[in-house]
This record gives sequence, C-alpha cells and structure tokens, in this order.
Amino acid sequence: MNIRLLFTLLPLCVAPLQATALELFTCEPEWAALASELGGDRVQVYSAVTGRQDVHVIQARPSLIAKIRTADLVVCTGADLESAWLPVLLRQGANPAVRPGSPGFLEAARHVPMLDRPENLDRAEGDLHPMGNPHIQLDPRNIARVAVVLSERLAKLDPSGAEYYDARGEDFRVRWENAIADWETRAAPLKGMPIVTQHRSWTYLVDWLGLNEVANLEPKPGIEPSTSHLASLLSIVEDAGVALIVRSSYQSSRAAEWLSRKTGIPAVVLPHTVGSMEGVDDLFAVFERILTQLTEAAE
Amino acid sequence: MPKCTSLAFVSAGSALLCFAAPAMGQGVISGNEFNPAISLILDGQFSRYSNDAEDYEISGFALDEEAGLTAEGFSLDESELNISANVDDWFYGFADIVFEDDENETEVELEEIYFESLALPAGWTIKGGKFLSAVGYHNAFHPHSWDFADEPLAYRAMLAGAFTDVGAQARWIAPTGIFLQFGAEGFRGAAYPASGSANDGAGAWSVFAKLGGDLGQSHSWKAGVSLLSYKADGWDTDLDGGSLSLDGDGDLVVAELVWKWAPDGNARNRNFKFQAEYLHRSENGDTTLEIPGVSSQGEYDIEQDGLYVQAVYQWRRGWRTGLRYDWLSADNDLDDLGVATPFDSDDRDPERMTAMIDYAHTEYSRLRFQVSRDDSSDNSDTQVLLQYQLSLGPHGAHQF
Repeated sequence: MNIRLLFTLLPLCVAPLQATALELFTCEPEWAALASELGGDRVQVYSAVTGRQDVHVIQARPSLIAKIRTADLVVCTGADLESAWLPVLLRQGANPAVRPGSPGFLEAARHVPMLDRPENLDRAEGDLHPMGNPHIQLDPRNIARVAVVLSERLAKLDPSGAEYYDARGEDFRVRWENAIADWETRAAPLKGMPIVTQHRSWTYLVDWLGLNEVANLEPKPGIEPSTSHLASLLSIVEDAGVALIVRSSYQSSRAAEWLSRKTGIPAVVLPHTVGSMEGVDDLFAVFERILTQLTEAAE
Repeated sequence: MPKCTSLAFVSAGSALLCFAAPAMGQGVISGNEFNPAISLILDGQFSRYSNDAEDYEISGFALDEEAGLTAEGFSLDESELNISANVDDWFYGFADIVFEDDENETEVELEEIYFESLALPAGWTIKGGKFLSAVGYHNAFHPHSWDFADEPLAYRAMLAGAFTDVGAQARWIAPTGIFLQFGAEGFRGAAYPASGSANDGAGAWSVFAKLGGDLGQSHSWKAGVSLLSYKADGWDTDLDGGSLSLDGDGDLVVAELVWKWAPDGNARNRNFKFQAEYLHRSENGDTTLEIPGVSSQGEYDIEQDGLYVQAVYQWRRGWRTGLRYDWLSADNDLDDLGVATPFDSDDRDPERMTAMIDYAHTEYSRLRFQVSRDDSSDNSDTQVLLQYQLSLGPHGAHQF
C-alpha cells in the first residue's frame, strides 16, 4: 500500500477512537452515579454491583472480567470491601492500566476518614474490616470528598476534557453542598433518635446525623440474625424507645419483621445506595429518601 | 505516635507532617507490612462405605494410584496452606502446599506454585510454574471450593482428581463486551494422564477457549471447550503381583457449561448453580505385561466418555443442597494378554448419584453431609460422609 495513502487513512481510523468516552468500571453503584454526575457525556459507566445486590457476596463472573479488560478507570470503595472478588477480577482482566497504584485505579476509602476501625482483629467477632467500616457512602460529606479526587482523576486520564470536568465538578459541588445544608436542617430534630439496624452498614449515616444506633440484628458483623440474639434484643429495644428498624433491600426481611411484630416498632427498608429501591435513581434521591423516611418515623 | 515523637528531634518539619498525617490513609510502618496473604484450610471427614475403600474400582478404567476414595472412618482431606502476594509490578506469586495425612505419615505436596504476569498489555497473561490446568471447569478449583466432598467420577477416572503439572500458560482475553478467552499450556507431562515426562520434559500441552456473560441481572453463565494432548510414557499399574505398563499418546477433550442464578443477582439469600461437563478421552499405544511367569507385549486403543451434571441450590442464607449425577463409559481395545486387566469393562457403564446438604455459618466455615450411591463396579457402594471445611486467614476468592 502507498505510504502516503496509509498516513491519510490512519487519522480517519484513530479519530473515532478519540471521540470514544472514557470507560469507567465502578464496583458500587454510588460511584457509578457520582462518575456520571462528574463525567457527563465523556464517560461511559458500568457498575459491577447493582443496588439490589449484597456487595459482600459478588463473584468474579465472566462479564465483570470482560468489563475490567477494557476499562480506563476502576473506581471502588476499597478498605477490603471487595477483597473477595476485585483482586481476582484485576488479575483475570489482564489490564495493567487499572492496576492498584496506577492512575486508572481509584480507591474511595483512602480519601475519607474511616470509622469503626476494630481494635481487636478476631474472626470470632464476625467479619471485621481491619481498615474500618467500608460503607462510607452513607455520609454525603464523603461523597463530596471522593468527588474532588474523582474529578481530578478524570481530568488526568482525559486531559482534553479537563475544563469540562472542572465545570461539572464545580456545578456538582454547589448542588451537593446546598443539598447537604438542606438535609442537615431537616435532620436537626433527629439527633439522638434511637434506631436498630440489620448490619453495621449505616454507621456513617448514624455518625453524620447523630442518630443513636442501639443494636444490630446481626449478632456479629456478617453473621445471620439468630432467634436467641433477636429475643435478647426485645428488652433492649423497648428500654431504649427505638423508633425504627432499618435494613437494606438486599437483606432478608425475616429478622426485621419478626422484631417489628414483637415490638410494634416499624421496620423499613432505607436506600443504602443508588438503585436499591424504586425511584432512587441518583445520589440526591438516596439521601432525600432517607431523610423523608426518618423524619416521618420521628413524628 | 512514638515514631513521630522521635522524628520531632530530627526536624520540626517532619513532626508537622506526622501530626497532620493521621487524618486519612493512616498506616504504621512495621516489618511485616509486606507479608504475603496466608491462609490455611482445615478439611476433614468421617465416612462410612458399604464396600472396602481399598478395593475401590471403576469398571473399564485403570485408576491412577492418586485416584480413589478417602480412607474410611475419621480422616483428613487435603490440608492446604495458601500463600500469595504481588512480587512486584510485573509478577504475582501463589503457592498451595498440601499436607496429606496417610496413617499418621504426613505427605507434603506442591499442588500449585506459580507466578502470573501483571503488566503485559492488550489482555495477555503468562503463568509459569506448577499449576492446575485451565482444561475443563472443575479442574482449576481447589477441593475446599468444590460443591461436593469429592470430585466428579470422570475427573477421578480420567485425571486422577485434577490435572496439575509443571509448565507454562499463555492466555488472552478479547476486548469484547462478552467474556471471550483463549489460552494454551505446555507441561512437563509428569502428571496423570500423562506420565514419564516424555519429549525431554515437554510431554503434554493444551488449548482452551472460554466464553461467558450475563443474561439480565439474575443469570450468568460460562461455557468452554478444551483439549489436553499428552504422552503416557511408562505409566503402570499393579497387576497380579506384577505390573501392566502403557506407552502411548492420548487426547482428552472437555466441554463445560456453568449457569448461575440469583434473584436480582443477589446471591446472599437464595441462589442456584448448574454445572455440567463432558469428557472424551482417546489413547493408544503399546502395553507391556510383566507378572511372575508371564511377560507379554501388545497394543491398546481406548476410548472413554464421561459426563457429570450437578445442581446446587441455596434456599436460605448459609444452607445449600445439591444433587449430582455421574456417568462413564469405556470402549477399550487391548490385545489379549492372557490375564484380566482393569480395562475389562464387563459391559457396564459406571454411574453414581450423589446428594449433599451443607451449612456455612460464615464464609469461613462449612459443614457438609453427603450420601452417594456409587455403581462404578459390580459391587454397588453406598458412601456416607460428614465433612468440615474451615478457612483461617484472609478472605477466600469468589471465583465464578
């Protein structure tokens, strides 16, 4: 083939590639939602876990390996939350661009203050996370912290869109800060509200709003609620005047409903992330729904 | 903090950094920060068989010495010590050291010890060392991640459990939305069904192709075909106080299918797994019979088929039940050696039916009860066992 012709044709082949959006693989749907807020049309986002799934029991299934293989950026919570499947995906996916330590890998938990760091590491105490409680997304201030890092990362990987990401990041920051201010105003009367949760996945919400997490339905983190443990909760729950029993949509309703029947305390499903419930389609809706349900229960 | 205090003597600037640091991403520097991940698998059982485990045979199949039943009564299965870590930015290293207890004698076996590349571009990975071959589906799993206490009959008869050998593997994943993987392996050829490390230590090779994906939120699947080609160089089995040995070439073709379901893809409470594999093995070459008073040579040509189908259902958190059906068939053509050999199939196709129920209290512990009706030979065997599988150390990998 004529060399000159080759050089004329080559840019034509490359041009559509440049127009292709940055491919993002997120472990959890909250980071997918955040990436869409910040990256707009310049990113194409795939989330490994949906809002209906328990992140602890995900498997390194073939579809996820295929997605990692072509990803430009992997965004995960980290702090051991995905330690059963993400390392397998990263090895099997054979994509050095998203290896931990490279610009294509972002671990959200590294950029927020961690709560619940266990003092004693003993599996007899349940499924502990040595680096602290990894369910960081339920404090909206953590979302803001990760947003800053993610915006920078998008601009680094796709420099031609730096201004675009900057503008979208600023827009999101303003909207998010206003929303947080609104939520905090509405949540002021909730301070000290006693609640029971199924798993210790609401710690950051409890911390943010100053709620009082009286007990968990799980006797120990990651261990199925037992009848004896639930029975032991009866008196604790009544003494504390618990207002609400909270679980996530992916958890079995049996334990929460049993306690609710015995005590008359309402059991509710709160959205723990985007897509976990009907109508909770973005990050704003997650906290909006939580605030609405909590304030209703407090009345 | 003590480290910071001592630094303060060195420079005020470092001290400031120290006091600023604990806000996020904290870490204490200690000598063991870079220790590899280490886990230990405790695996044991109590079993009762209606036949003597020592006399176990599969009609039409000459079993390798590694293949057979776990000893009856109280026994340890494989106790595995797993060690793994990234070596550097190029290599990942993994070792699986297996301790087997045989009548109070401990045998140590390197089940796997390999490196894998981390930095190759364009979807390529290279693996080297001793490892479980990617041929078939079941082959690559360690016993503690099996859904039943023992291996499929076809794996027991044709691969002596699993094919693990010293060699190298190259695999490639296509940059496609659907999972598409191709790979090839070369082995020493020291492990059954290969033997004798033929071709100056390159006696077996394989190729494989795997395809997989999701169907909606609730279903995921994987399918594959693979070929293992090998040389049996002086493989032998005890016979009538002497031995029968084989020198031949063989091919093993495996077709695999796995399908998993969970409501909304949330496997926490309920999930279902279906798994089936078909194995076809053909091997031919020369036989040598050496028993007291008789020494003869001949030719052999064997065709073997094996199939297993299994389904496991988790109906509530922790609780699973499973059913498995095994079938084998052998069409062996041996020159008449004048004595009966294990290749005589008595026109019977070995079959086995297995049911199991297990409970996992956490991801780290599992208790299992299993019953099999094993019609591998004329003497139908009922096998009942209770098994525990415990895992110490880091979180196990959730392989698909």
